[in-house]
Formats: sequence, structure tokens, C-alpha cells
Amino acid sequence: MSATTLEHGRKVAASRKTSLHRQRLWALWGSYIALAVFVVIFLVPPFYTLITSLKSSAEISAQSGSPWLVHHPTLENFWYLITYPNFQTYYLNSVIVTVLVVVVSMTISILAAFSLSRMGFWGSQSLSTGVFLTYLVPPSLLFIPLFQIIGKIGLINNFWCLVILYPTLAVPFCTWIMIGYFSSIPKELDEAALIDGANYLQILWKIFIPVAMPGIIAATIFAFTVSWGAFLYPLAYLYTSHEMVLTVGIISDLIRGDVFQWGKIMAACLLASLPPIVIYAFLMDYYVAGLTAGATKG
Amino acid sequence: MAEVSVRKVVKEYDGGVQAVKGIDLDIADHEFVVLVGPSGCGKSTTLRMIAGLEEITGGEIWIDGDVVNDVPPRDRDIAMVFQNYALYPHMSVFDNMAFGLKLRKFPKDEIKRRVDEAARILDIVPLLDRKPRALSGGQRQRVAMGRAIVRNPKVFLFDEPLSNLDAKLRVQMRTEIKKVHQTVRTTTVYVTHDQIEAMTLADRVVVMNHGVIEQVGTPNDLYHHPTTRFVAGFIGSPAMNFLPCRVQDGANGGLAVRVTDTLTVPIPAARADRYGAFKGKEMVLGIRPEHLFEYHEQGKPGWTRVDLPVDVVEPMGMETMVHFFVDGAPVCARVDPATHAAPGELMPLTADLNQMHLMEADTGKVV
Repeated sequence: MSATTLEHGRKVAASRKTSLHRQRLWALWGSYIALAVFVVIFLVPPFYTLITSLKSSAEISAQSGSPWLVHHPTLENFWYLITYPNFQTYYLNSVIVTVLVVVVSMTISILAAFSLSRMGFWGSQSLSTGVFLTYLVPPSLLFIPLFQIIGKIGLINNFWCLVILYPTLAVPFCTWIMIGYFSSIPKELDEAALIDGANYLQILWKIFIPVAMPGIIAATIFAFTVSWGAFLYPLAYLYTSHEMVLTVGIISDLIRGDVFQWGKIMAACLLASLPPIVIYAFLMDYYVAGLTAGATKG
Repeated sequence: MAEVSVRKVVKEYDGGVQAVKGIDLDIADHEFVVLVGPSGCGKSTTLRMIAGLEEITGGEIWIDGDVVNDVPPRDRDIAMVFQNYALYPHMSVFDNMAFGLKLRKFPKDEIKRRVDEAARILDIVPLLDRKPRALSGGQRQRVAMGRAIVRNPKVFLFDEPLSNLDAKLRVQMRTEIKKVHQTVRTTTVYVTHDQIEAMTLADRVVVMNHGVIEQVGTPNDLYHHPTTRFVAGFIGSPAMNFLPCRVQDGANGGLAVRVTDTLTVPIPAARADRYGAFKGKEMVLGIRPEHLFEYHEQGKPGWTRVDLPVDVVEPMGMETMVHFFVDGAPVCARVDPATHAAPGELMPLTADLNQMHLMEADTGKVV
């Protein structure tokens, strides 16, 4: 190879490198800008919530100075809520409802997903599709017929009705996630377990649940989020404070007519956000792994 | 340990596709039988039916004197090793091997004794605490075998257990499997598409094609006395050469095989009676590459000289493969590496026709 050819080759390689470098630089700038917009949109509201929750009612209504600064930080809003019996009731009701909804939803979803993905019975494919389609029905369409059903079984204004209602929202999606996850587990694992002497329940309990734990955690977080954050159903079905959960309890107790107790509302929102934040922080890795599992496994 | 019998077994899938078309096979106690054949021949389906993982459409499967058609896999007292190992990823090697015993409620000390014994046989004692993800492919396959051994089942079933391993490890594990069988002597049914694996491991090889058994026999039997063109072509590497031909009268009152206008070879006198009835018929001459070698001046009875134009030369160290085309049909010869062969040149070869096979062109039956 001549020296000229070599030199030309080097120039082409160098220009390609520069071009790649420039492309990467643009991609990085684009990413930073998109992320900055994302941060502003999603983190400013919680920041404002935090700021407001640390202000006294007088400072909030004073309307002097920047609303983004706290001049006399106080925990009085938090203390008020922690010692307020109704708020304690809402919190406890929310915890009871959520724990039960998660347990019920996950039990149904895991059993349904296992049978739909692994038992291979007639119509299992159509049923799997049907399960997902039910998730697409908006809850706002369902709550009127459900109101009649709940009324007939005498659970209006009883937080136990939520334990029955929320799984109708959580189970389809959780089942769908679990079907995807179970399907990614090699068929030979259940066949090996069958030959080893396991029955289907043992296969589910001893093999599938441990192997599919990331998927189960992802589905659990979803069921938790549905139950903890739901607003429409408790608003429609509960109306006395001893039955209310956090989402409706906060607005019914802390908004009196046209008086908004902003400091307490914001503090209540922050306290109500604590469990999801803690759970997400601990389980986020599993959550992401669970949602992306079907993408790469054979 | 037990005998296994497959009687007129049929497997038909929805839509009428028959994967297995009424096969019969008897496997003796302690025997190592290999089912071999190309993809889709029904070998894995047969194995899975023996395991109870596939329902049988027709026929009977017997294990240790009992019909097991409706017996679930866990009650058949079999153990299976899968191609992709199928180890439980969340359990340690020990727990993987002990899983079947725990389900059968074996005492703890007995479980430990059996797992330790199997681990010793397979040389995986240091791996017992590890999870499958921390093992290499070969180690995983050993654990899968260990899981089968600890159960001390009546029958071992292997479904292409070495296909996921690299070539070197495959040879090593092949020896391991043979060694394990020599130690435990459990009746074994082994499925592979690799005819070398079949030949090296089996007491008897079952060659399957299109859902039927083409031939059952010892490896040597299949190699030297194939009954069909399919078996002749499938067993042996490189594959047997096939040349369309016609049997005709030869010199000195003998018979000859006419391959092309310019290539006619005499049939050895010892075979004249056998092939006489096929005079004038369209036949196929089969000859293995090792029976087509460099020309020797001092020949033997049944050796004949053929000169063929070299197409490709493949030196392989201990031997050289030389490829030719005869009237459009590919032909391979296995020659001494010292032999000179260059593409385009005419190469003198010896054909050992004592080892020839003659098949009917239409049925593929070896005559």
C-alpha cells in the first residue's frame, strides 16, 4: 500500500471520528435539555408542596415576598396532622385497604397468569387477551354499575368496598404483567419440576414465584399505586370520616367551603406520599427489571 | 432400572400433522439407546412421550412392565436432562439436585448422602453451594445430570444435552456421560441430531426420519450395513457418496456398475449373486469417502482404479478430504495427507468396491 493511500485512509477515519463525535455531542445536549424540562415539570410541584407545608397559615396568606421561599419555617402543619384523630383514621384505613388490595390482587393475578401462560387449556390465548382488554375499560365507566352492586351487598360508605373494588382495576394489569413474565421462563423449568415430582401448585410456589420475583414486585407496586392513589371510587362510595381513606379524607377535612388550609393540605400530601416514595426507592431496580423482562429473554 | 417398550406409538398434533407414525421399539434393561435423526424426524417427540410430557395419540408405552400412557411424569420414575439444562436459577447446586428428593420426602441425611455421591461421580463437589448462574455450560450440564442421578430412577432420558456446549466441551461431556452410564448402568434413552454422538455413546442407535424408524442397530451395524439410503447417508462423516448408476454385464462374465459413459467399475465376484437380479435397473452406488483413497499400484481383489478431476482439497492434518464432481454428483475421497492433489488436475484413486453399497433408486432400499 502506498503512502498516499495510507494518508487518505487516515483522513477518512479522522473525519468519520469527528462526525461521530459531533453527533454524540448533539445527542448529549438534546438529552440534557429534555431532562431539564422533565425535572422542571415533575420536581417543581413537589418542591412547592414542601415549601408551602413548612409555612404557617399567616405566611401563606400574607402574599408578601417570594412564594418560593420560607421565611419562618414551621412544622406546625405536620404536628397538627399527626395528632389529628381523623387523619390517623384516614391513614390507617388507607394502609388496611392497600395491604388487603395488594394481597388479593396479587393472589388472583399470580394464579390467573400461571394458569393462562402455562396450563395451555382451550381458550387460554383469548382469555389472556380478554384480561388485558378489561384493563382498557375506564374506571369512570364502571363506578355507576359497581355502585349498584356495592349498594346491594350493603357496603356503601364502608371502606371494605374498596377491597372488593380496587382489584377490578389492579388485577387485569397485574395479570398481564405476570403473564409476560411467566411466559419468559423457559418451559423446560416446569417440565423438569414435573419430572422431579412437583404438582402444578408446587411448581408455582417453589419455582415460578421465586424466579418471577422481579415481575411480582413490579405488579405489586402497580397494585399498591392503584390502591393508595385512587380518588374516584372512595369519593363516590365513602362519605363519613371514620370510613374515609387519605385521598378523599384530605380534601373533605382540610377544605371547608371556600377555605383551603393550604399548609395542612400540602403537609398531608407529603405525608401521604411517604409510603409510595419509600416503596419505590427500595424496589425500583426490581420494578424496572420486571417491566423490561420480556424484552430480552427468549 | 427397567425395560422400556414403545408399541405402535403415534403422535398427531392438531391439524392432523403426524410427528410420530406408529413406531415400535424395545429397550432392554441397562441399555443405552440413542435416537438420532434430522430436525423434525420425531425423535424428541418420542422421548417426550416416554417422559410423559407429550400425550400419546395412539399406541402404548411400557416402563418396567407397566403401561404408562396415562401415568403423569412424576409417577413414571424417570429423570430427564434437557438441552438448556433447566436448572432452577434461584436454587444452589445442592438444592437443584435435592429438589426431586425433597418433594418425595426423603430423609435429610439420605438426601445429603445421595447428592454427595452424585457430586463425587460428576466431580462437582466444590460447586454445591453455587447458584447456576455462577457455573460454566459444562458445569451446568453436570449438575443437570446430577439431578437425574440422585433420584436413582428407572430410566434416564437425555434430550440433546450437549447441543449448547462448544465442540471441545461436547467431546469431554460425551465421555463423561458414557462414564456415568458405565457406573450407574441405568436404562438410558438419548436424543441427538449428531450422528457422532450417537455412534460413540450408544449400545444401539435408532435412526428416525419423517416420524418413522428407519433402522435400529449397533453403531457398527448401522455404519457397515445400512438398510436404507437415508441411514447410509446420515451415519458417517463425511457422508457416503451417492452416484446414480446402472448394473450391467462386465468383463469375464461378471457384473459392472456403469456410473457415466466414461466410468464403469466392476462389481466384486463375491457380490455378483446379490446384485445380479438388478441388472438393467436404475440404482444408486454408495461408497464411503474412506473407501475412495489414493491409488496404489499393488491392488487387492475388489479394488479398482478411477481417475477423477479434483474440485476442492481440504487438508485436515491427519487426513485430507478431496472433493470431486462425477456427472454433477459430489464425491468425496479421504486420502493420505502426503498425497498430491491440486484443483483441476486428474487424480488417480482406488475405489474399494468390497465396501460398496447398491440401492434401489426409487425406494432407497439397500440391496
